[in-house]
Amino acid sequence: MSGNNMKGPGGPGGGPGGGPRNHGFRKPKNTKKTLIRMFSYLSGNLPLIMLAMLMIVLSALAGVASTYMLKPVVNNLTSTLADLIKNGMVYSEARAQVLSSLGRSLALMAVIYFVGAVGTYLSSRIMVSVAQRTANRMRKELFEHIQDLPVGFFDRHPHGEIMSRFTNDMDNVAITLEQSLSQTITSLISVVGTFVMMLVLNWFLTILVILILILMFFIIKAVGGRSAKYFRKQQADLGELDGYIEEMMQGQKVVKVFNHENAANEEFIKKNRSLRDSAVNAQTFATILMPIMGNLSYFHYAVTATVGAVMIVNPLGWGIFAAVTIGDIAAFLQYTRQFSQPITQISNQMNMLLSALAGAERIFEVIDEIPEQDSGNVSLVLAEEGENGELREVEGDPFEDFASTFKSDSGRFPAWKVPEGDKLIRLHGDVRFRDVVFAYIPGHTVLNGLSLYAKPGQKIAFVGSTGAGKTTITNLINRFYEIQSGVITYDGIDVRDIKKDDLRRTLGIVLQDVHLFRGTIKENIRYGKPDATDEEVVRAAKIANAHSFIKRLPDGYDTMLSADGMNLSQGQRQLLSIARAAVADPPVIILDEATSSIDTRTEHLIEDGMDKLMMGRTTFVIAHRLSTVRNSNAIMVLEHGEIIERGDHDDLLAQKGRYYSLYTGKAELT
Amino acid sequence: MVKRLVAYFKNYKRPAILCPVLMFFEVLGDVIMPYLMAKILNRVDITRENVFGMADIYYVLKIGGLMVAVALIAMFCGAYSSRLAAIAGMGAGAELREDLYKKIQTFSFSNIDYFSIPSLITRLTTDVNNLQQVGMMCLRMLVRSPFMFIFALVLALKIHAELAVVFLFAIPVLAAAIIVIMKMAHPRFMAFQDKIDGLNTSVEENLTNIRVVKSFVRGEHEKAKFKRSNDDLTATGIRAVKLVIMNMPIMQLIVYICIIAILFFGGRIVVDTSIEGFGGPAYTGRPLQTGDLLSLVSYVTQILSSLMMLSMLFLQFTRARASGARVLEVLDAKVDITDPENAVTTIENGAIDFDNVSFRYRTGSGENTLENINLHIKSGETIGIIGSTGSAKTTLVQLIPRLYDVTSGSVKVGGVDVREYAIEPLHDAVSMVLQKNTLFSGTVRDNMKWGDPDAGDEEIQKACEHAQAWDFVSKMPEGLDTDLSQGGANLSGGQKQRLCIARALLKHPKIIILDDSTSAVDTATDAKIRQAFEEELSGITTIIIAQRVNSILHADRIIVLDDGRISDVGTHDELMKSSEIYRDVYTSQQEGAISE
Repeated sequence: MSGNNMKGPGGPGGGPGGGPRNHGFRKPKNTKKTLIRMFSYLSGNLPLIMLAMLMIVLSALAGVASTYMLKPVVNNLTSTLADLIKNGMVYSEARAQVLSSLGRSLALMAVIYFVGAVGTYLSSRIMVSVAQRTANRMRKELFEHIQDLPVGFFDRHPHGEIMSRFTNDMDNVAITLEQSLSQTITSLISVVGTFVMMLVLNWFLTILVILILILMFFIIKAVGGRSAKYFRKQQADLGELDGYIEEMMQGQKVVKVFNHENAANEEFIKKNRSLRDSAVNAQTFATILMPIMGNLSYFHYAVTATVGAVMIVNPLGWGIFAAVTIGDIAAFLQYTRQFSQPITQISNQMNMLLSALAGAERIFEVIDEIPEQDSGNVSLVLAEEGENGELREVEGDPFEDFASTFKSDSGRFPAWKVPEGDKLIRLHGDVRFRDVVFAYIPGHTVLNGLSLYAKPGQKIAFVGSTGAGKTTITNLINRFYEIQSGVITYDGIDVRDIKKDDLRRTLGIVLQDVHLFRGTIKENIRYGKPDATDEEVVRAAKIANAHSFIKRLPDGYDTMLSADGMNLSQGQRQLLSIARAAVADPPVIILDEATSSIDTRTEHLIEDGMDKLMMGRTTFVIAHRLSTVRNSNAIMVLEHGEIIERGDHDDLLAQKGRYYSLYTGKAELT
Repeated sequence: MVKRLVAYFKNYKRPAILCPVLMFFEVLGDVIMPYLMAKILNRVDITRENVFGMADIYYVLKIGGLMVAVALIAMFCGAYSSRLAAIAGMGAGAELREDLYKKIQTFSFSNIDYFSIPSLITRLTTDVNNLQQVGMMCLRMLVRSPFMFIFALVLALKIHAELAVVFLFAIPVLAAAIIVIMKMAHPRFMAFQDKIDGLNTSVEENLTNIRVVKSFVRGEHEKAKFKRSNDDLTATGIRAVKLVIMNMPIMQLIVYICIIAILFFGGRIVVDTSIEGFGGPAYTGRPLQTGDLLSLVSYVTQILSSLMMLSMLFLQFTRARASGARVLEVLDAKVDITDPENAVTTIENGAIDFDNVSFRYRTGSGENTLENINLHIKSGETIGIIGSTGSAKTTLVQLIPRLYDVTSGSVKVGGVDVREYAIEPLHDAVSMVLQKNTLFSGTVRDNMKWGDPDAGDEEIQKACEHAQAWDFVSKMPEGLDTDLSQGGANLSGGQKQRLCIARALLKHPKIIILDDSTSAVDTATDAKIRQAFEEELSGITTIIIAQRVNSILHADRIIVLDDGRISDVGTHDELMKSSEIYRDVYTSQQEGAISE
């Protein structure tokens, strides 16, 4: 559904098909609140919007006024001329007088028309800018807020759902600001203005207008109600069919292998026909309003013409009809034609407005999500050792070269600056868990009183079934999630006291699902360290054993990756993500199934690089393949959020427990 | 293209023809209205007569009655044609979608690869929906706009040909203005659409990569990147839209100028006509009355707005054209694997022969994926295949049930070239468990019946037992009636794989191919599956592709594939001596294990 959902607005007036757009009849939950909030977004453009509103009013009033001009024009041509001649004026003089008066009326009409057209143009031009700028601001706020949301938010909301706020919802808001708002106002003014002018022209004929108005109201209500009902049915059937198509197409190769084509066809036909039947009803009621209202207006026109003509003839000589002129009737007739269209429009536009408000509400919902909290005040600084062994802070970027942590020849190294007591603690990469309890959903504990430690430079491995809590542990170190109780320390400091950004920069993560960005290979590796030099990039690629395949690519390090690096194999992508972590050169590295898509032979080849990467760093390894974790300093076997066995490879084999049966293939990892 | 798509209305001939006919009558009603109104007003024009009589009332009532009747008939015609348009449009759209789906069912693997699955989904959904909407609109508007244009113009000419000359100026000016705006706007909208797509893609990328962004603390960088493309998008959007919004005021201006011109020139004629009626100098030109003048004003709007609508229709048409082309591309795709004439329908046995087989993917780089493969497998033999990623293991086995056709050489099953078999019996005889396998929504039983629609519970149980799936199926709360959510998401990977194997066994095949189908199954269960195959299904030729050497260790023969060629064939012991690759893989997986 994503991709090109955001259609450009097709110009004012929408399509000639009329009827509501296919946005469904979604209604906002709290119309008033959303409306007020929406206005606050517009308030910055208030002067512009006021100007646009003025223009809209002007153009709508011009439309009403210009029609009224028909009355003097026609009366001038008819009764005035007749009176002049009856009063004995010479033909040519009468002609000249009538025509000059016509000329004046037309000149006035031209002015009104011109004002109307200019008003229309300026109002839409202003609203286009306002709408696009407001959408720009909302998109920006939405995106920036999303960047600050905790990872848990993305677990709860599928990407498609968030994307639809950028596409459908934003689109609804923009189009509504651009068109529906001004059209609704124009329509309202036109209806009221026309009604008033009709009343002014002829109150008797206006009685008929009221009757027609009531009739229109009932028709709109009846058709609108059914339209909504059938539309919901259509949407349900459409969802059903789309779901079926999606599932069957994904499994199309299985369908082939099992000769299941005919059965698939039958089921499809059933769902397709059901959609057809509901769509026929939905589309009927979506389009039927236009011809009904249009011709009802012609009916009104016909009756007005007849009654008006009878009033002019006035066969019974009624006094109240005595003053009715042909000009009155001409203008009134024109008004009956102008009356029905805005009424039909208002009902359509209201649906659009509500739908847009619902969209805005959905956008606000995300903006109102509570962002990631960071109460940490411990930051990373560059330090050096004084003569008496004391640390003192020096100017410089602590992230420049983490490697210096381990070879302190330069005498400068990164250190944690703790405000309480004004302490400096040298960065080592010592990670400890003490009685950590954690649940993604309250009540469903994933980690249950977990304790472990990783001394600087140690390699710690986690083994266990899916759901045992392996990945969770790594997600807690970098504070993607907050623990419920217990404490996690980094170099002896509670991670909650460390500024999140600084904490995360000291952790290098290679995730199970490799995600790359559009751009060149170089840019992707450099993602780990924005100011990395080309040499550093190449060195990182060599560590990850990615250099050789990159060199063979047509443009080497400048090769463009398509979306998410789909032009590379899964294994190559994993190598790139290892390089990306390597270039950052952090003291702690987390490898979450980093080599799962690399076959054992290739893994063997990059083991060297991996060893280089892990050397001197604290490393957490999660792996399905036991051969990957064998040489760890400590292996933790996890089950249901608890460490059931721990020790190095030989210890664990000697224990003949869970690890032993996994290693010898007697048990299954799921 | 249009002709072929229009053909889908054939089952909806009645509504598809009746709808435009009714629309024709509605338009006729719309256009005749001002004409009749003019007749009434002319009759009561004070310049014509000084005193009106009952005859005038009768006349007015007669014409008025006619107008009311026309309005009611037009209302019926318009409303009913809406209904018919929906029936024909949605109906034809459904038929098109059905045809498309049926065509895709005949697709071979390489057809599917060529189009890609996401693209097929878009064509079945978005593209067909677009066509449906445009089709429905065309049924009504394609008649409405041109006829309204023509009728209104004809009546205007009939009322006063000289005055109608105004239209001859207005129409080309409006048409030119519309064309110029559209032409200029088109590239700007394309650019706008590109920017939208670009922005959406990068947001989607950001969402997918959010953990990477957070891990590397690149939020600010992402925000800056987004701001750039967002601002760019806004600027491009304003540039495009600000052109299109000129359509409306320009149309208004032209309409207004026309009205004023008609009132100005027409006013003179009306005055002259009236003066003659009052007994003044004779007017030599064509006479015109006030009512006529007013009807001409109505025709200005009808003529010019129908022109505007035509341009909108044209715009919709261009948008639909892309969808139409994409749909037809699928319908026209040549299915490269079909039943041959005089197809062989029985498969004698499970012997497999590859003779000088070379293969390359149509969608690939043009290099051979398989190179000169010669391989002869006896019926009932168990074969293991091993090799690194990209060594074409999957490609090799997919040639056996003819999921792809060889580029050169031949593949024989039961001694007969696979291209001579009918597809259905061949697929039944060669059961394949795909690497990327799918279970469908429905119960376990529903899924099992894919293998054999007539399978009874006992049979299903037996297949599940062989695949070592019965254990957990019988423990599930509703057993075979347990509902698997889409894609079998509530099962573990190993469980899904075992169900897929059971499903494949239910076909009672002569050959079964397991393409890395036990990768998530633990070695002990894996061994049990192998044992069941050996003991109970010994008549079936079994081909196993595996990453784990343990899974194929005991096969009758093991094939080592390397870069699309057979590097070695032999038993485990033979290969340990002869194949370096095999030895490498074996030791890398066995190192440190205590048993050896």
